[in-house]
Amino acid sequence: MDLQKHIEIISDLAEQVGKPVKFMEVCGTHTMSAFRSGLRSLLPESISLLSGPGCPVCVTPNEYLDKAIAISRLPGSVIATFRDMIRVPSSESSLEIERAKGADIKVVYSPLDALAYANSNPEKKIVFLGVVFETTAPTVAWTIREAAKKNISNYSVLCTHKTMPWAMDGLLMGGDVQIDGFLCPGHVSVIIGSNAYKFLTDKFGIPCVISGFEAFDMIASIEMLLKQLVSNCAVVENQYSRSVTPEGNLSALSLLDEVFEPCDIAWRGLGIIPKSGLRIREKFFKYDADMIFSDIDLPKSIQEKGCICGDVLRGTRTPLDCLLFSKKCTPDSPLGACMVSSEGTCSAYYKYRGDSVEF
Amino acid sequence: MNEDLILLAHGGGGSLSKKLIGEVIIPEFHNQILEKLDDGACLTVPELEIVFTTDSYVVDPLFFPGGDIGKLAACGTINDLAMEGAQPKYMSLGLILEEGLLISDLRKVLCSMSKVLKETGVKIVTGDTKVVERGRGSGIYINTSGLGVRKQGVNAAVSNAKLGDAVILTGSIGEHGMAVMGQREGLNFKSSIESDVAPLCDLIRILLETVPEVHCLRDPTRGGVSAALNDIASSSGTGIEIQQKRVPLKDNVIGACNLLGLDPMQVANEGKAIVVCAESSSESAINCLRNNELGKDACIIGRVVSGHAGTVLVETGIGGIRILDIPSGESLPRIC
Repeated sequence: MDLQKHIEIISDLAEQVGKPVKFMEVCGTHTMSAFRSGLRSLLPESISLLSGPGCPVCVTPNEYLDKAIAISRLPGSVIATFRDMIRVPSSESSLEIERAKGADIKVVYSPLDALAYANSNPEKKIVFLGVVFETTAPTVAWTIREAAKKNISNYSVLCTHKTMPWAMDGLLMGGDVQIDGFLCPGHVSVIIGSNAYKFLTDKFGIPCVISGFEAFDMIASIEMLLKQLVSNCAVVENQYSRSVTPEGNLSALSLLDEVFEPCDIAWRGLGIIPKSGLRIREKFFKYDADMIFSDIDLPKSIQEKGCICGDVLRGTRTPLDCLLFSKKCTPDSPLGACMVSSEGTCSAYYKYRGDSVEF
Repeated sequence: MNEDLILLAHGGGGSLSKKLIGEVIIPEFHNQILEKLDDGACLTVPELEIVFTTDSYVVDPLFFPGGDIGKLAACGTINDLAMEGAQPKYMSLGLILEEGLLISDLRKVLCSMSKVLKETGVKIVTGDTKVVERGRGSGIYINTSGLGVRKQGVNAAVSNAKLGDAVILTGSIGEHGMAVMGQREGLNFKSSIESDVAPLCDLIRILLETVPEVHCLRDPTRGGVSAALNDIASSSGTGIEIQQKRVPLKDNVIGACNLLGLDPMQVANEGKAIVVCAESSSESAINCLRNNELGKDACIIGRVVSGHAGTVLVETGIGGIRILDIPSGESLPRIC
């Protein structure tokens, strides 16, 4: 790819559009890739990239963490989680602090490791924190089905799985966000397929391009979005065609459908979005930590005052608008989830601050 | 709420580690030598300078591709002395062993340690061994203190970078951290990556004998090249600019880092050095380093500049610009 040529084409197209445009990269991996590669510093000023709600850690509300922490304090329980969840502040603590106090918190790279650990430690109760989008949800579904098949009764999942297209729908329905096009998440789309976004272009007339994660992929995708704006059309295009098909991964989708069913779910900063979550079907309630620990005492949920994570996730404000950013809220002592996750928008702004410096 | 407890992140080599050292440890032992926070302490005695350093090793697992905790404990302390421009001479050995450890494993560790010491002519002259109850240790912990001597007038401190200097890396990065990561229990991650752990004292001795204007030396261990370059920029009060495409990286390290979402610039090395020298000396420095097996891939990766003091900027592979920041949070697993 001749980078310089494509940047020139993007500049030409941006001029033809004739007004500032805002594209939202929905996925946290896109946000990090854009910062890491310095992509923003190469784009014309009239193009802004907004970081959307596509980091699963960032959109997990306090109430969920409060519950995970309450479970971690029960004797014999082990919380198995991806690393990024460890430092997210809850209403009054974090898993990192609970671990230092003696709670058994196990960092895993896959839910399969959590299931294997449960199988070899029958005296313990392993609760996996299911905080994922469609990309990883099939693996979690597999562990639940496998636990049922092998009768591994000490394994359960505290589930707050979310689905992406309905979050994008929720954002646009909110009405206060100016988005001129979506860079749709590549990995999620491998599972759900490009057809899953068609209802968005039909309903809102907004261009959608499914993008790969290399900087070159993102440049090509931005060019495709601009071309749609110039020709005044709004369709779903697939830049990541080396991995994404129109119908998605059918066996993964059928596994998801076997174990989970759609539900309304709470997103940090966005509130409850209809149909945007996945909950465990009744058939598998034995493996649903929400059911197993339904009578656990929880603290009153407290949100950090002044934190604008919610607005950042909706793309209406950037971390630079936050009074806490880089002062009270840093990666070492994060107050909001967007600062904790390595793919969070605030963390990316803090780490790379790429567009505020000159070489 | 983070005030009362030691968290894993305090040992991660990032900003929280710095805070712990700066606010809790340093004030207790306050002295000018310790305060410099260089890789070793430079003590002046008549006509001779002694360099003294200490380091503890808690790597998990004890054995990893390319080395083990013994080789690491010898090389780490030798390299800290070398980074001060000193020739390592003597070392102490503090062992904390866990009940139930196989004596054969201990022998293996001590053997690989002694191999490095013979190779470099360093002697262990004092030591101590303790055993803790099963479950209270991780097999073996090692502390080594090292003593080296250097010629009067050598100054390779991190605060000594000068405008216009060349920034040289002695070889490809990220191998130690990723080799250890690959061995971590439960990760199910297999690769061909071997740790680069090696003693750098001969490489550096020849460099200092050949090249007159070496200004800073730093081995990019915990926190990787990112942390080392940021230390140099902030201590020297200068900016640093580097070009990503010049940083030597092996394909298997790139692949493993992509898989685990890590930045190779923040991954630990145990057999590499960053050399900052006058631009006019850079060519002879590169030639000298490349003559040695441990420096055969040495190259200039950037420059010391006057703008953005204390900040390291990277020109990325696609020509974009970003800040190279130090890592925060815990590094998993313990890598040194």
